[in-house]
Amino acid sequence: MAQKATFRIWRGQANEGGFVDYPVNVEDGMVALDVVHQIQAEQAGDLACRWNCKAGKCGSCSAEINGKPRLLCMTRVGDLDLSKPVTIEPMQAFPNIKDLVSDVSWNYRMKEKIKPFKPRTPDNEDGTWNMSQADVERPQEFRKCIECFLCQDVCHVIRDHHKHDEFIGPRFLVYTAALEMHPLDTEDRLADLRHRDGIGYCNITKCCTKVCPEHITITDNAIIPLKERVVDEFYDPITKLLRIFRPKKS
Amino acid sequence: MPWQTRECDVLVIGAGGAGLRAAIEASAEGASVTVLSKSLLGKAHTVMAEGGMAASMGNVDDRDNWRVHFSDTLRGGQYLNNWRMAEIHAQQAADRVRELEAWGAIFDRTKEGRILQRNFGGHKYPRLAHVGDRTGLEMIRTLQDHGIHQGIDFLMETTVLEIIKDGDRVSGVLAYDRERGRLHLVHAKAIVMATGGIGRAFKVTSNSWEYTGDGHALAYRAGAELVDMEFVQFHPTGMVWPPSVRGILVTEGVRGEGGILKNSEGKRFMFDDIPPLYTDQTADSEEEGWRYVTGDKEARRPPELLTRDHVARKIVKEVKAGRGSPHGGAFLDIAWIKEHLSDAEGHIRKKLPSMYHQFKELAGVDITKEAMEVGPTTHYVMGGIKVDAETQMSCVPGLFACGECGGGLHGANRLGGNSLSDLVVFGRIAGASAAKFASEHGDTSINEDAASDIEAAALAPLERSSGESPYAIQYELQDVMQDLVGIARTQPELEQAVERIADLSRRAATTSAVGNREYNPGWHTALDLPNLLAVSEAVARSAAGRRESRGAHSRVDHPEKDEQLGTVNTVVRRLDDDSMEMAHVPVVGVTEERQAIVKEMG
Repeated sequence: MAQKATFRIWRGQANEGGFVDYPVNVEDGMVALDVVHQIQAEQAGDLACRWNCKAGKCGSCSAEINGKPRLLCMTRVGDLDLSKPVTIEPMQAFPNIKDLVSDVSWNYRMKEKIKPFKPRTPDNEDGTWNMSQADVERPQEFRKCIECFLCQDVCHVIRDHHKHDEFIGPRFLVYTAALEMHPLDTEDRLADLRHRDGIGYCNITKCCTKVCPEHITITDNAIIPLKERVVDEFYDPITKLLRIFRPKKS
Repeated sequence: MPWQTRECDVLVIGAGGAGLRAAIEASAEGASVTVLSKSLLGKAHTVMAEGGMAASMGNVDDRDNWRVHFSDTLRGGQYLNNWRMAEIHAQQAADRVRELEAWGAIFDRTKEGRILQRNFGGHKYPRLAHVGDRTGLEMIRTLQDHGIHQGIDFLMETTVLEIIKDGDRVSGVLAYDRERGRLHLVHAKAIVMATGGIGRAFKVTSNSWEYTGDGHALAYRAGAELVDMEFVQFHPTGMVWPPSVRGILVTEGVRGEGGILKNSEGKRFMFDDIPPLYTDQTADSEEEGWRYVTGDKEARRPPELLTRDHVARKIVKEVKAGRGSPHGGAFLDIAWIKEHLSDAEGHIRKKLPSMYHQFKELAGVDITKEAMEVGPTTHYVMGGIKVDAETQMSCVPGLFACGECGGGLHGANRLGGNSLSDLVVFGRIAGASAAKFASEHGDTSINEDAASDIEAAALAPLERSSGESPYAIQYELQDVMQDLVGIARTQPELEQAVERIADLSRRAATTSAVGNREYNPGWHTALDLPNLLAVSEAVARSAAGRRESRGAHSRVDHPEKDEQLGTVNTVVRRLDDDSMEMAHVPVVGVTEERQAIVKEMG
């Protein structure tokens, strides 16, 4: 059943522009990305929007709908209040390129700085390892991440306080957690987490967990355990004492 | 505007599984490598692959080995595969899985702590290494996270306009970036095409906007041959409702975990019609089918796990006979396993988490309680750039291809799970061969006049003040391909399609795009059109030339197989007058030794 609605979409370049209203006929089952495509095809051929899979698997179409960070492809229009205009705008934590497209390159630069996976010597002669399912479930949860960067967008440390240079954000804390909790990994990233990556900035408001389209329990399962490890490593007096007598893990 | 220029030994076009694996290998061989990626890194179509990666590691059933995998691949491809490629693939896939683990991938585990393998259509034994139903994401993220530390030069959101040649050899490309619309001239000694498929030529597809046949078309225009283009895989299970999600993939893993197909009368129709090639391997009863999916080594697989071409046709048949679901599909039921399992809901959510969310969020269906509605969706093109099995080089010196845009491995129909393994097996070979080619061959020069002509053609849609909308032409082409070159084909319709495509090509040359060069989707659509049209013509002409039904190519007017055509592949090539020539050439790599393996495996 078609229904008339107004979509108020941010149009502009490099943060200069404004909202434009587009009247749209909403069909049953439509998602917000369908609305954007319909507007592109019928009203504004140059409306910029990044997307790929349209199935919630690639994390390209991140934006803010009525002020909430969401994937355009996983937001059913029927679930929105259509009695007033629906706003769609780009993520606010990153520079705007054009219309709904943000410059997310900062995220790619952050990732490169994190020490890569370094496995222990293989368990078996054929170069393979043995891991039990129970031991891999936690890192597997983190590896569900589709890198939509909505958690980065919602995080007040980045969004409001602009600590891009001092804090890697929830996405890369999850990434680091996946590496640190990988049963085969031997690298040590705790000093980086404390000093360079700014894990102390996170004051566990859990906004990132709320917006994660993959339902990763970012704060409880990734960030808090990492904070605990950092505390154990750098602030625990007994560990400190032991370290004097015992060499650091190789 | 001046071009941004860069130089490299090996240029990789595409950053999905194949492109990333090629880049990593070329870089490991000492070549300087640039990767051009149409999207952001890590967003390529590989993330959509759900079910798994086929490799005969034998972790779940130790009767499996590369010879069985080789034989299954040929049977699925109706023996039109490049036999040598099928052999290399079966032999090397297991090493590539282990390599991903060494780079950080975390596959699901067996009780013994090894990599778990699951059942899939057309594979005799449980063979697919997997991570729930998001195996493709695991692969691309692993390759990406490894690749970014190898000194590779990545250019994201950059699309190639045309290949530039120096004599017979490729010498570079002209490309544009989406963000600013700047042009980039990349000078390279060797080029690896890894651009994926052509699904956007069809209306109902599981493929994203990127899949416009760029690599196929660029290589074709540069003189390469395209092989097997009539074979387009229609995946039997795409979502059919609501309309906006039509075509989105429902993994074969649902059937691998015990999902069954039913019609509106509640009948499990797949038992009705088993193809002769598979009678001996298929279960006789529902009870035997269930035993198979739960790991009974004595049981044979249920008919839902027959090859994709067959299952897709069966669903269409039920719908045409008036026994379809309310929105024109069939019912795919996984909830029924509660008859056998006490914690069926937990099991389904654990094994098929993204399917659970996809249906819950997009269709309001709880798959642990209700059946899904599914129907065929354009999924994959078996056809691609014709390459040499050992090196992955096309007939154009210095031009390599791997992954979906390469042709040969899958023949008339691809088995599920053989794509992810294809990406890394042949990505690696293409990367190594391209690095070797670059080191053994001297510099080329790049023809700047050619680049200027490419630039002028690319900017033309922006400069025309009036002209047709590129979107309108794309939609019309999708209708033509869906209606006339779809799952059931006839000679008159295919010939009509060729004429319609020619007409659309003329119109595509006069499109107009509003706006400027910066992140302008209308302009980008205009630039994709020549590629979509070229691959569409290749599919239609190749399909018209194969007057038989085989694998994914189904002809209503020629429903049987033709023995003669069972020994040849279709190739198309571009002639000097810009017309497309179609020919049949003998199947490659058939030796007595390989035939003996096929015979032995039955």
